[in-house]
Order: sequence, then C-alpha cells, then structure tokens
Amino acid sequence: MLAGLAVVPLAFLAIFFVLPVGGMVGRGLHPDGHWAIAESLDVLGRSRIRRVLWFTVWIAALATAITVLLGVPAAYALHRLRFRGQRLLRALVVMPFVLPTVVVGVAFRTLLSRSGPLGFLGIDGSWVAILLALVFFNLAVVVRTVGGLWESLDSRAEESAAALGAGPVMVFRTVTLPALMPAIVSAATVVFLFCSTAFGVVLTLGGLRYSTVETEIYLLTTNFLDLQAAAVLSLLQLAAVLVLLVLTEVSRTRRERAVARSAVPHPRRPARGDAVPLALTALVVAFVVTPIATLVVRSLRVDGRWSLASYRRLGAPSSTDAVLVPVTEAIANSWRTAVDATLLAMVLGVIVATVVSRRPATRRGRRGLAVLDGVFMLPLGISAVTVGFGFLITLDRPPLDLRSSPVLVPIAQAMVALPLVVRTLAPVLRSIDPRQREAAAALGAGPVRAWLSVELPVVWRPLLAATGFAMAVSLGEFGATSFLARPERPTLPVVIYQLIARPTGESFGTALAASVVLAVLTVVIMGLVERLRVGSWGTF
Amino acid sequence: MAAEPVAASGGGLDVEHVSVAFDGTPAVDDVSLALPAGEVLAVLGPSGCGKSTLLRVVAGLQRPDGGTVTFDGQDLTGVPTHRRGFALMFQDGQLFQHLSVAGNVEYALRRRRVPRAQARDRVAELLGLVGLPGLQDRRPATLSGGQQQRVALARALAGRPRLLLLDEPLSSLDRALRDRLGADLRRIITASGTTALLVTHDHEEAFTVADRMAVMRAGRIVQQGVTADVWRRPHDAETAEFLGYTTVLEGEAASAVVPGARRVALRPLAWRVQPDGGHTGTVTAAAQGADVVRLRVDIAGIGTVDAVGSLREFPDAGDRVPLALDPVGVAVLDGDDQLDDDA
Repeated sequence: MLAGLAVVPLAFLAIFFVLPVGGMVGRGLHPDGHWAIAESLDVLGRSRIRRVLWFTVWIAALATAITVLLGVPAAYALHRLRFRGQRLLRALVVMPFVLPTVVVGVAFRTLLSRSGPLGFLGIDGSWVAILLALVFFNLAVVVRTVGGLWESLDSRAEESAAALGAGPVMVFRTVTLPALMPAIVSAATVVFLFCSTAFGVVLTLGGLRYSTVETEIYLLTTNFLDLQAAAVLSLLQLAAVLVLLVLTEVSRTRRERAVARSAVPHPRRPARGDAVPLALTALVVAFVVTPIATLVVRSLRVDGRWSLASYRRLGAPSSTDAVLVPVTEAIANSWRTAVDATLLAMVLGVIVATVVSRRPATRRGRRGLAVLDGVFMLPLGISAVTVGFGFLITLDRPPLDLRSSPVLVPIAQAMVALPLVVRTLAPVLRSIDPRQREAAAALGAGPVRAWLSVELPVVWRPLLAATGFAMAVSLGEFGATSFLARPERPTLPVVIYQLIARPTGESFGTALAASVVLAVLTVVIMGLVERLRVGSWGTF
Repeated sequence: MAAEPVAASGGGLDVEHVSVAFDGTPAVDDVSLALPAGEVLAVLGPSGCGKSTLLRVVAGLQRPDGGTVTFDGQDLTGVPTHRRGFALMFQDGQLFQHLSVAGNVEYALRRRRVPRAQARDRVAELLGLVGLPGLQDRRPATLSGGQQQRVALARALAGRPRLLLLDEPLSSLDRALRDRLGADLRRIITASGTTALLVTHDHEEAFTVADRMAVMRAGRIVQQGVTADVWRRPHDAETAEFLGYTTVLEGEAASAVVPGARRVALRPLAWRVQPDGGHTGTVTAAAQGADVVRLRVDIAGIGTVDAVGSLREFPDAGDRVPLALDPVGVAVLDGDDQLDDDA
C-alpha cells in the first residue's frame, strides 16, 4: 500500500524533473542524433569554464566557512541561552532564508552602491558582495539546524565532564562539539549546496563579470545558445549535488541516532563567559538587518527627499520602466501562482513525508526508503535553470504540450518547494511512535481514521508551517520562473529583475519598492509560520 | 459490529504454522497455538525470541510469510487490523496524548458509532472497573505510569474485543505496582470473560495473569500447557532457568534429590535452613535479603546449590547448617537431551 502511495509523487518527479533535466542534458550531449562525448569534454578545457568552476568552488567554500563560524555562536546564543527579545532576534536571523533572491540582490546593491551607506568600501560589483549575500542567506540554515540540536542536547553529559574536572573550553571541545558535529556537518553541506547553486543573487550582484556554474548555465543557454556546454555543466552539477546529498543523508541519520536528547530544554541566563558568542550574535543581527533596513529606507527616498513616488509607480509603470505589466498585476500573478504551487507541493509533500517516515522491518525496505528520501531532495540542488529550460524543450509536444500553458510555472515552483516541505514534515512524522497508529488500528480505526487520530494532532502545526514555507518559497522563486513565466504574465521577482536591468534611477526606485512589497509578503507569511511554533511541541 | 459481548462458544484463536522472517532470519518459525475462548494464554520468552512478532501477526500488524490465523473458525490472515475486532495494549500504554482519559477509553466505541450517552456510561463503568473512577477529564500526561496502564486497559476493553492482545503490559512499571496491577489485570480480564493473549519475558507476570502458558525460544514454541503445569514441570534446563529455577543437577546428584530422576531443576527456595531437615551443608556464601537470608551451600553428594534461611540467624562462610528439601521448589526435567543441545 505504501508503495502504491509513492507512485503519485514519483510519477510527478519523473515527468516534471527527470524528463526535463534528461531532455536538457540529452540535447547537449546527443545533438543531431549522435553522441558528442569528446566535444563535450572539450568544454571543460575552455578557460572561461575553468574560471567559472574554480570561482564556484572557492566562493561557496569560503561562504560556507564564514557562515558556520558566525552561525554556530549565534545558534548557541539564540537557542541555548535565554534573554529578553530572544524570540525577535531568532525571527530576524531566520528571515533572510525566505527572502526572495532577487530582493536580497537588490538590497545588497543598494547597500554597497557608490551612493549607498557602505559605498565607501568600494565592493559593489565585486566578489565580496556575492560572498556577503551568500552568507546573509545561509546563516539561517546553520542557526536553525545546529540550534535545534543544541537546544535539545542533554546537558548532563556536559555536567559530568565538568564534574570530572574539565574547564568550559575543554567541555566544549570534548563533549559539546562532538555531539554537535553531525548537525554542523549536515548544515555546512546544505549551505555549500545552496551557495554553489545560487542563481538570483549571483546574477543580480555579479552580472557578467562573476559567474558561477548556475549563472553560467543560464548565460550559455539564453545568451550564447551553447546547449552543449550548458549540458556538461548541468551534469557536473548533478554529480556534485548527488555526492553532497549522500553526505547530508549520512550525517542526518547519524545525528538522529547518536545523540542523547533531553525532553526538556534547559536554557540558562547569559553569563560573563558568553560575551564572545553574544558579541558575534549582535554582529550577525546587524549584518542581517542592515541590508534590509537600507532597502526599505531607500525605497522611500526619491531625489534626496522622503516620498512614496516609487510605490505609486507600482500601480502605473512609467514609460521608462519598460515592463509589460504594472507591478500590482505581477503581485497578483505571483500570488495566484504561489497558491497553486503550494497546494501541489503540499499534496505531494505530505505523501512523500508519510512514506519516508515509515520504518520498514527489512533492510531492503529501509534502503528503498532512504533512496526515495534522497530522490525527492534532488530538486533542492539541481539547477533551477536546467529544470526551467528543460521544461521548455521537453514538454513542448503532445501528449505533454504545456509550453504555452500557465501550469508550468506553479509546477516548477512546487518542485522547488517540495524538498523543503518534506524536510519540515518528515522529522515530525518520524517522531511519532508507530505503535500509536497500531493501537488505533487495533481499536478499530481504518488507515484514514488512524491518520486523523494519531498523525494529524501532532502534525497540524508543522503542516501549516510547511504550507507557509512553500508559499514564501514559491513567491520568491526566480530561477525556473524566469524561464517559464510568459512575458504577459510575469511574477513579481521576474519584474524586479527586469526593472533593475534598466539603467534609469526611476526604474531602480520602482524595483526597490517592489522588492519591499515582496519582502513584506514573505516575511509576513514566515512570521505567521514562526508564531505557530510558539509554545512547545506535544503539549497543549 | 455491535458492542455486544461475544459469547464463549468454543472456537477461540487458532494460530497454525505461522512463520515470519526478516532479511532471511526467521523471527517466528512454524508456530502453532490454540487459545480457547474465555481463556488467557501467556507467551513467555526472552527478548528477541519472536514473541512480539507473533503478537503482531495475530493483531494483523505483521503479515506472516506462511501459516494462518483464524478466530472462531474464520480465517483472518488477510484481514486488516481494524477489522479483526481485537484490541491491543502496549507495554507503555500508547495513550493518545491529545485526548482526555474519556476520549481514549471511548475511542473504540466512537469507531463503532455507539451513541454518546451509552458510550459515556460505558466509560464510567470501565474506569470503575480499572479503579480510576472520575478521571474522565484528565489528560494522560498528568497520570502516573500505573494509572496510564489502567487507562490503556480500559481503552482496550471498551469495545468488548473478541480477543485482547497484551504486549508486556506490566513491564514498564516498578515491582510493587506490577504485583498489584498484575492481580487486578487477572481479575478484570476474567470478570469480563475476555479471551486474552499476553506476551511477556517476566514469568511472574505470566503466572499471575494467565491460565495457559507457551514458552517461546528462538522463534519456536518449546513447551505449552496449563500455567501451573509448565511452571512445575519445565521441559528442559533452559526453560527451567527461564522460569526462575537457578540450579540444574544431573546424574547421581539428581537422583540424590529425587530418587530415579536423571535431571532435576531447583528454585532458590528448594532448600531451607531447618533444624531437623535431614540434610547438612557447608555455607560458601551468604547474603542478607529483605525477607530471607540467601545462601550458597555445598551439600555432600549433591553439590553447590542455593538455599534460604530465616533472618534470625546469619551464618558465616564455612558454617555447617541443617537443611530441609521443599518439594515445591524441585522440578524433574523429562525433556530429551536433543532439544537442550539445540538450544
């Protein structure tokens, strides 16, 4: 029965993920009906491609290192200590993760541009800007992943070590750090994955000068029509993503197995020894708040005066903006698409999370589930550009002639949101003792009734949270949407990108206002999601 | 299905040739069991012997690789759990934390669309039966472990199941509570005339609750019968050890205890310090227990065995003490050696 349940999402994945990616790769490696392996390998010899590969690897590695070094102390301060205003700080630090990439790009450009508050640094348009934006985005991943584990660590292990004569540093090094290591490794892997496949941020901040694998795939496909090189890069990326996903999976299962968790978290008040992590946390908060604050302020300034002119132009674009539709209409488009995408992602995500959280008795069953779990994580790391372009070239003939259909955008967005939905729901479902369901069945409850009595009461908050999450991600999705949205029905991120591509100050102002609107939309949604977590799990 | 008591009309549970293997390792190996309606059967075995898997097969939570499960002559092998009309009570209760005590107890009644007023009466009746009257509105989390188990029992009994399945129902409780709840469990099950299958690793739990006992080892049933019979006459040395016998004597030592016997098993209570007991032993070790003094004594011609003495005297190692044999603590093992070598 479980296998039957998994068929629907698997079929979806096959049609809307494997087929497009396969089509895209096939188009590149197998042009004109013959395999072009040798020519494909030559692609890797091109000096620009080599530069792109090298840049991708080192900027992602550097960004990951900085994110971890800042994120771990922040995780400590925000999850292990207790002080006033902590909840607000947590929400602030987590916010960037759901901000649309385009918005972040715009915010950093505003901050760093010559006329911006940090313009004196002269790093606008340099790799440092990209690096900062990548760190900005991914701090949330480290704080949440490491903080979540840290909060639930049984503190008695640390207390035993202290009683055996270990000082605070020694305790951290010999007890705490090893216990946190799986979470740190797992978070770092995911951050590296996100950094090395980042698209919107690099495109808005790097332009043509700095290109990562992901933006290079975009440029190769759209500007140079070099599908072969794009396919080679896609394949390379696919291989790297697979390796990273396996690493994440291994460290995740190890984390779930190896750590003694206490049921009740024991946060304590900050002490003098916490000065360093608290200072770093303050730095993190300032780092997160500054670009956003700048964005908001600048959107309200026109020609050196406070003005709502940029916002007024959202409803009626000026002739210089050169966009086809007013921003307000793009907002409506985004909203409708995101609702459809969310519905789709939730239906599929609930099925996948339910299936992968089962515990089969046989080794084969367990292995099968682990593979299934990994397969649905793939869209997390595969180039959204590859998927988007793949849609266009494979779903363009009967029986699946969807190229001109408006369903493509929500489908692509659902594909991007699906792994996040599964990641939100599966751990909660896994934490439910399967015997609860068995007890319900033994008392006469059918499978649906048993789900309603056992799973739903535990999972409804995570379900709502995942819905909000999927909604926020769909609203901000840029990579695949930029390919698939039809010119007369663009989404908000697409319009923002079009606006900042114009040289006039007026359209940049409109872009700022539109970015603020998009940011407010996603932040409000995620604020509601955060509120769901008020109160601890499992109690009423 | 109506919430009527099922009359004990012969029939009952029949498990025939059931086998389950995980990754090629047999967990349950060709097990057959019969449980007449109205009786309580305990499947007793060490952890990992396959008893829980067997229970899951009966409950319908595990599909057997081979064999059949029938109840009252009806083949249930392919019937899903929720249509079997059974009830299952786990070691740790597995109460639904988001429901009140009443919500938990009436769960099975709600599934059968029993009218609310009727369900309310039944809940009150059951809570009275398990000794928790008036706790309807409490949350499970606010109850003690023993109370939670009582609620779990009430919940399991509420739908008047044809068969009550109990998975180590008392194991999560502390000793004193276990003794008390064990006796209550027996009283409640027999009072309601429920047919019940219990799996446990605790022979005292089995002895307190069950009419019949089946001893399981490495996926197989090695001995079954009336509880007292199995208890008094374990089939082989390993079963004896599992039932609380601590010493096995062979050959001449055995026939010195029971004339003609080839092998006997002794409980710690078999030998008692008693002035005119008829035997004499040398104390090799002594330990103060709560109610008795526990001794290791060496008896000429028999060997080193356990014994108990009164708290009045605490002998030292090397002391010679008079000993009497209590036949209640002695079992003659008649199983063939073959089985023992297997095990």
